[in-house]
Amino acid sequence: MEFLVNMKAPTHDHGHQAVPSDLALRVKALESLLVEKGLVDPAALDELIDTYENKVGPRNGARVVARAWVDPAYKQRLLTEATAAIAELGYGGRGGEHMVVVENTPKLHNLIVCTLCSCYPWPVLGLPPVWYKSAQYRSRAVIDPRGVLREFGLELGDDVEVRVWDSTAELRYLVLPERPLGTEKLSEDALAALVTRDAMIGVADVRLPKPGDHP
Amino acid sequence: MNSVHDMGGMHGMGPIQNEKDEPVFHERWEARTFALTLVMAAWRKWTLDGSRHERELIPAAEYLRMSYYEKWLAALVELLVKSSLVTGAEVESGKPTPSSPKAIPPLTADKVLPLVARGQSASRDVALVPRFQLGQRVRARNIHPTGHTRLPRYTRGKLGTIDRDHGVFVFPDTNAHFLGEKPQHVYSVRFAASELWGDQAAPRDAVCVDMWDDYLEPA
Repeated sequence: MEFLVNMKAPTHDHGHQAVPSDLALRVKALESLLVEKGLVDPAALDELIDTYENKVGPRNGARVVARAWVDPAYKQRLLTEATAAIAELGYGGRGGEHMVVVENTPKLHNLIVCTLCSCYPWPVLGLPPVWYKSAQYRSRAVIDPRGVLREFGLELGDDVEVRVWDSTAELRYLVLPERPLGTEKLSEDALAALVTRDAMIGVADVRLPKPGDHP
Repeated sequence: MNSVHDMGGMHGMGPIQNEKDEPVFHERWEARTFALTLVMAAWRKWTLDGSRHERELIPAAEYLRMSYYEKWLAALVELLVKSSLVTGAEVESGKPTPSSPKAIPPLTADKVLPLVARGQSASRDVALVPRFQLGQRVRARNIHPTGHTRLPRYTRGKLGTIDRDHGVFVFPDTNAHFLGEKPQHVYSVRFAASELWGDQAAPRDAVCVDMWDDYLEPA
């Protein structure tokens, strides 16, 4: 790693900000070099960034969850052949070639982690948040899942099994959260609007907004 | 390799910091680093497993200090130089070596969306008899490979149960090092939390870990 010595950045506990301009300059120089050598089409970079900033994200996963809530046959397919069921809604590909969906019930709570790196179901959730990729989450999710959930505001009883899925291979996991009570009359779109990224990772449940909350 | 990237079960990393309304990228250089890494992979000079391993090779203290995309950048530069796509001198100067030939990028903008939609499957359509059956008790092998592996330390020597058979996949331990794909079955192995962590674990809890045939032995 001889080039590391030239990439020193100040220690920062948030892991992403206070970026020295040195890093920005290094990336810019590297990109120019690769473009000048004909190794990279800069328009391809723009297209990729646009895809993951604007087209792929947790709204995709929320649509999958809402469909499963309103359509029992779809839910069955989702739990047995997740990749194909997700493809029915038009999602799939890079980072989600082999999907597994795990269902939360009153007696079982699922939690997704990648202790070894940052594996995450891109087509349905987009790119992972910083906390998911952090040493804090990766180290603790498997040994202290209940403590982690408590920090996210979720307290689970002793009668609930917590099952952690460590994404060590090329399977990518998505949690199917429980449908909240009192949503019987909501449309599929309204249901999808309730589903959060965190609920599909398993660090939150899905709740109806309290009166007075902003939608 | 037993470096700090294999961090399941470690203490001392501190509380989780959950940023509200987090952007996909915090800085433009992060977005460019992400995209450069994906686009350069189209040259097929390394495998996905190989690029993961390159990040694991970052010295442990540096690995913990660096932000996520700093690690990606460091690994990308190493991969570029090791694969001779660029030279160290070119990285230092930011300029191509004079009279070096100009290449044609394999991944143009029009090919990006089809590539993203297609993905790159690591499963292999090979008829292989699984070594283990659903419900079978197994032990994760107590091995300590010095190269790339996806067998987390916290599972080694522990007893679990085969929960699902995901089919046949490329084996990262060899594929990362260009030693062949060595396709084999991958299973979801369920470990009782108390088997992994002792009495401090909640009695009902479990951890499911995806494991290749070569990581397992009959219990």
